[in-house]
Amino acid sequence: MPLRIEIVSPEKRLVDRQVDMAVVPGMEGDIAAMPDRAPLMLQLRGGVVALYEGDKIVDRYFVGGGFADMGAEHCTILADSAQLMSELSADDARDRLRDLETTWAQIEPNDTDAHDRLSREIQSVRAELEAVEGPASV
Amino acid sequence: MASLKELRGRITGVKSTRKITNAMKMVAASKLRRAQSQAEAARPYAEAMGRMMAELAAASRGADASSLPTLLGGTGKDQVHLVVVLTSDRGLAGGFNANIVRSARQLIRTLRDEGRTVRLLPVGRKGADILAKEYPDLVVERVAGTEGRDVGFDKAEYVGKKIVAMLEAGEIDRCTLIYNRFVNAMTQIAIQLPLVPLSVAENDNAAPAEAAQYEFEPDEATLLANLLPRNLQVQIFSALLESAAGEQGARMTAMDNASRNASKAIDRLSQKYNRTRQANITNELIEIISGAEAV
Repeated sequence: MPLRIEIVSPEKRLVDRQVDMAVVPGMEGDIAAMPDRAPLMLQLRGGVVALYEGDKIVDRYFVGGGFADMGAEHCTILADSAQLMSELSADDARDRLRDLETTWAQIEPNDTDAHDRLSREIQSVRAELEAVEGPASV
Repeated sequence: MASLKELRGRITGVKSTRKITNAMKMVAASKLRRAQSQAEAARPYAEAMGRMMAELAAASRGADASSLPTLLGGTGKDQVHLVVVLTSDRGLAGGFNANIVRSARQLIRTLRDEGRTVRLLPVGRKGADILAKEYPDLVVERVAGTEGRDVGFDKAEYVGKKIVAMLEAGEIDRCTLIYNRFVNAMTQIAIQLPLVPLSVAENDNAAPAEAAQYEFEPDEATLLANLLPRNLQVQIFSALLESAAGEQGARMTAMDNASRNASKAIDRLSQKYNRTRQANITNELIEIISGAEAV
């Protein structure tokens, strides 16, 4: 398994292992990191990072946005926040979504920066909910 | 000469002080270990971030200064300086906070001599107390420190966002962070780190071939604009961690010294107590003997 994947959050390193492929949620669509790919830097949206060994997914992590640095032999994911999928809680995410939507209703309509930032956060939490519960319930 | 009862009281007093300083030393030592492992855990992110920043900065080096984001290129002016001062919330840590405040004072004086305007953003209660007393007009906002808990990234995020907001509102042109860098439990060095404009580590000799071929998604400018505030927060976060470890180290050393001093004081007082007791006995004996002789 020639690809070294690292998932690091500001507070700790979550993953450092060898895999065959990692599918990463890019801002403009999912991207697979495979051995011998051209170096790429991309911004991530909130979504699921899937680690593959052979054709099987061995682990799934949820990242709440961040950046990724891919090269021929490595893929480093700088996640704003990251968690193992099995550790996510739908109730927690729903609470946060509710808080964010309350804030959304309160901010100034012409404050575009705040809008952008908040909409990105809301999208990330929605993606988290979707990842936990499956798309049907959102 | 102090009476025996007084001396006994003082010995008990110093003994209980020694108990407290000893306990504080133990607590600081275990907190220091924790803070160190936390700093260790945060390192990979900061390193990876530094690598990405260097690549991006190299990729956008061709651009002229005015088209660079404000965080990297500065506002083009050099008038208003924001000084972020990291101190602890609690005292009893030797010269930990005094060092930082001294360094801040020096910087403020130099900047003022050059005719610049200075604003202060103290993080941590101790520094805020002193600075607010000395420079009441300069303090923009007081940010609470860690309050004895573990350092969370949200604190760094808050301070980072505050700096970016002030920068974008045109309230400041430059920003410097003053914090204690942890060397070992005995030594902390007060560091002045320029945050805005950002100084990116040049890695010209580190694999420039790969750097040239990097693809970016979205484009360099957008990526850089999004990465820069994050990088600022990461720098503040690692400073917070260093400062937290330094605080515990300084406290441990200070309390170790205090315990040792207390032990010495106890020895001295016990000696004095024994001498006084002996003198009293001798006195009584002399009185008895001379009384007996007179009969």
